[in-house]
Amino acid sequence: MKIIFFAKIRELMGKEEENITFPEDVITVNDMVSFLKEYNKIYYNVFENYDFLIACDEELADMDYKISKTKEIAIFPPVTGG
Amino acid sequence: MIDIRIQSSDFNFGEEIKNFQKNKVDGAVVCFLGSVRDLNSGEELEKLEIEYYPKMAKKVLKETAKKAFDKWGLSQCLIIHRFGKLNVNEPIVLIITQTQHRKDAFRANEYIIDFLKINAPFWKKEHTNKESYWVEQNKKDLDINI
Repeated sequence: MKIIFFAKIRELMGKEEENITFPEDVITVNDMVSFLKEYNKIYYNVFENYDFLIACDEELADMDYKISKTKEIAIFPPVTGG
Repeated sequence: MIDIRIQSSDFNFGEEIKNFQKNKVDGAVVCFLGSVRDLNSGEELEKLEIEYYPKMAKKVLKETAKKAFDKWGLSQCLIIHRFGKLNVNEPIVLIITQTQHRKDAFRANEYIIDFLKINAPFWKKEHTNKESYWVEQNKKDLDINI
C-alpha cells in the first residue's frame, strides 16, 4: 500500500512516500498504526510524540476505519490552512 | 457556479470581485480575504511557506463549497487558496459567496472558512530571520459550531 507524508511528518520521516505490504491481520487504521510503530523507530516516534491525522484515499479516517480497499494512505499533522 | 482554485500565483482581489459582479445573479456578495501576517513575536517573518495535499485539498474545498451552496442557496461561490512561499501581506485565501440575502452570504462564507481551517489539508511553515517552524493548529479553530 502506498503511504504518503506531508509537512512536519514528511520531514520526520525523511521521505515523501513509501510502499508497505501489510500482513492480513492489519484490518483497521488502528491496526496499521500499531504495525507501523513496530515496523521502525521513526514511525514509533511520529505516532507516539506528534499529533497526526490519517486520510484514506483522500478522506479523513478514524481509527476503526477498515483499510482493505484503500489505495493511498496519507499521514499528516493537524491542518493549518486558511 | 462553484469555482475552486489552488495556485502558487498571486490573485487580484478587485478583479475577482468585478468578475463576480459581471454575473448579476443575486445582489448580496460577501468576501473573506486572509493574508500573511507578521505577528511580531520578536522575530521577523521573511516567508510563509504553504504545503498541501493536492488531490485531497481540491476535493475538500469542492465538497465544502457544495455543502454551503445547498444549505444557504448560493448562486455563486469562489474559493482561491495559495501554496508556495509567500511574503508578508500577500493574500493566502479568498472566499466569495453570493446569495439573494446578505445573512445567507455571510453565514455561508463563515462556514466555508471555518470548515476549511480544520479540514482542508494545507500546512503553514514560517521562515523567520532566526529559524523555520511549522505553525501549530489553533485549538480555538476547533471550537466552532459547524
